[in-house]
Amino acid sequence: MIKNLNVALIGNPNTGKTSVFNALTGLNQKVGNYPGITVEKKQGSCRLDRVTKAKILDLPGTYSLNASSIDESVVVELLLNKNDPDFPDVAVVVTDVENLKRNLLLFTQIKDLEIPTVLVINMADQMRRKGIKIELEKLEKKLNTNLVLVSTRLNSGVEKLKQILIDYKSISTLPILDPNTIDQDYFENLGKAFPNQSLYKLWMVITQDVNFTRLERQKVPDSTQFKTQPKSYLKKLQQREIIKRYQTINQILKETYSVNREEATDLRSKLDNLFIHKFWGYVIFFLILLIIFQVIFDWSSVPMDFIDSSFAHVSEWTKTLMPSGILTDLISEGVIPGLGGIVIFIPQIAFLFLFISILEETGYMSRVVFLMDRGLRKFGLSGKSVVPLISGTACAIPAVMATRNIEDWKERLITILVVPFTTCSARLPVFMILISLVIPNDRLLGINYQGLTLMGLYLIGFLMALVSASILNRFLKLPNKSYFVVEMPNYKLPLLKNVAITVWEKTRSFVVEAGKIILAISILLWFMASFGPGEKFSNAEQIVTQQYENEAFEGLELENKIASFKLENSYIGILGKTIEPMILPLGYDWKIGIALITSFAAREVFIGALATIYSVEREAEETIKKRMAGETRNDGSRLFNLPTGISLMLFYAFAMQCMSTLAIVKKETNSWKWPSIQLFSMTVIAYLSALIAYQILK
Amino acid sequence: MFPLDQLVIGQKAVIESIKTDFLPLKLIEMGCLPGNEISLLYSAPYRDPLYLKIDEAHLAIRKEVAKYIMVKPLMDD
Ligand SMILES: Nc1nc2c(ncn2[C@@H]2O[C@H](COP(=O)(O)OP(=O)(O)OP(=O)(O)O)[C@@H](O)[C@H]2O)c(=O)[nH]1
Ligand SMILES: [Mg+2]
Repeated sequence: MIKNLNVALIGNPNTGKTSVFNALTGLNQKVGNYPGITVEKKQGSCRLDRVTKAKILDLPGTYSLNASSIDESVVVELLLNKNDPDFPDVAVVVTDVENLKRNLLLFTQIKDLEIPTVLVINMADQMRRKGIKIELEKLEKKLNTNLVLVSTRLNSGVEKLKQILIDYKSISTLPILDPNTIDQDYFENLGKAFPNQSLYKLWMVITQDVNFTRLERQKVPDSTQFKTQPKSYLKKLQQREIIKRYQTINQILKETYSVNREEATDLRSKLDNLFIHKFWGYVIFFLILLIIFQVIFDWSSVPMDFIDSSFAHVSEWTKTLMPSGILTDLISEGVIPGLGGIVIFIPQIAFLFLFISILEETGYMSRVVFLMDRGLRKFGLSGKSVVPLISGTACAIPAVMATRNIEDWKERLITILVVPFTTCSARLPVFMILISLVIPNDRLLGINYQGLTLMGLYLIGFLMALVSASILNRFLKLPNKSYFVVEMPNYKLPLLKNVAITVWEKTRSFVVEAGKIILAISILLWFMASFGPGEKFSNAEQIVTQQYENEAFEGLELENKIASFKLENSYIGILGKTIEPMILPLGYDWKIGIALITSFAAREVFIGALATIYSVEREAEETIKKRMAGETRNDGSRLFNLPTGISLMLFYAFAMQCMSTLAIVKKETNSWKWPSIQLFSMTVIAYLSALIAYQILK
Repeated sequence: MFPLDQLVIGQKAVIESIKTDFLPLKLIEMGCLPGNEISLLYSAPYRDPLYLKIDEAHLAIRKEVAKYIMVKPLMDD
């Protein structure tokens, strides 16, 4: 028989929970979401010994159990809900040896919930350098817990942690603080109203929404029944609780913990003098960004070319292997290029996440937040919007999720609303092919026009984000609380394992999520292009043959004419034709219209859609780019000329063409109002700028 | 005694009182409590935000919040 036990890793942000998690589980992990919300849920398993298996849960960082954000409320809800399948048998509180005092605040709260609690003091490798000494046995006794000194960097202490987990039944669950000492009257009354219940648990349930309101509060049982005191009073009590806890902790640490400041070498101030210098700090940040973008485009090109040609081979190969027909076309011309269109971005996405996770792991990102806060506040954003804006160049979905640590709701909402303007990697394939079609591959003073255009598109995206942010800032009437607190962590060398796992996870989920949509759309598109209503579609062959009776068309040419006619009268063709009058002033024909419509689900579909449309229409074996170049208007001129190309690029730069982003915005803002506004206004902006550009240039 | 945002960079002080209604609880949890030592380490341009060391914690807050923290400077000795 194998015993299963639930272990939850809890701790302040940045104390190394995820590192401990990685050390325990390796690659045996699964990242999902908590139902209904987008907080990442990381679960993994670890074999403790022959008969015991632990299910490990990595929880988001929290400073205390007084939740003030959605991330934090996840932790509280889990700990208060005994019926949750993930309810921990053991709580492992991960702390940072350098900030032990502050970390113990959370530890004492969790211990008071009477859950078996293990104290992990992480980053033990830092003790010598920082001159820290701890009397471990005494501390263990005073806190009435089991304590392990761990360094995930040196991989020490992890085995001992496993041993303690196996023997979790022997961990004491005695509370540390008596709630009556916070406010005698209040807690006595509470005890009378609810006899036989843990006072502290009751208190936690009551104060759930003092600092943070979530709609799904009913998840916590019994929480709505008692409303004894106004919020301001409860907040006072919460503060008193914190003060009491700190008193207890200070007392304990005075006897067990010492820091010799002399021994501490001060890397922090040396690096801070440079990185947050009022002038050089900005220069350095700008240079880092420049290097990141340079590398993303330069280093990625080799693997990208490789992926590109591999997919072309696979596509050819399916064509020769499968019986020819429209299904083969779907696979070889729709699905495979469509999937290729995602896979090709793996190198760029992976590089971007690599850099972001290194910047975060080293502690540099907080310095950027500090530097940029005031400037961004002018636009209604926060210093913390920097991370979403940078991540947005990979994909808006993780970017929207990264806004979660912005405390102020107005600043957070504005960030969420403008982030989709940044040029995400799904726009790249569209931009690349359009640029190569309409912008000459020439150089002026050594600068390549095509590269310059691409850079311009990135800049336009950022500018549009800032401009719309300040407009929103003007017109959104929301209270602005300015609760901006950023911890400035120590500088650290990044842990390679953490970086690798982050990059792997983020990239994988991007490919899977985007892949599903692309596949679904290519199949839908194929159906809509292969079937149509009424006479015209079913009798296409007759009609066309009659029409060209007198002209001497060869077999292939006639077939093409028939296919064209069929497409025009298929469901998708009718749809494209219907919107044609609307998009004609932008310089598009009905086939581009089809690509446009399908791109509203995901913009990277654009090329796949055109590939499917053109291959349904013709049989010739050409690359998609050649086909696009060969498309003509009624007057015989090229369809993809400069005005149309620019107009399309602007449309794709500004339009909100991503279902997944809309879905995530809905989740994060808890209403359809904001994604609808986003969809509507971004489409209008896209349409107008494309219209103006085309009308001026044509 | 004066508000924290008037502290000189590099200066150390002791927190005298806080206007709790205007401070996020998180700040209090990080050790922003009367009696604790506080020092202003750096500031961004225009003295906003402020980079502080409170007790053991290194953190940054905005000037408008700093106004609600009253401090008494420690004499250098
Ligand atoms: N020196 C040292 N650094 C460590 C150790 N464990 C983790 N770190 C570093 O501490 C930082 C935070 O680690 P994470 O594991 O991401 O911390 P976390 O608690 O999961 O952080 P959040 O999820 O943001 O709350 C990273 O830069 C790690 O490289 C350790 O034992 N020694
Ligand atoms: Mg983590």
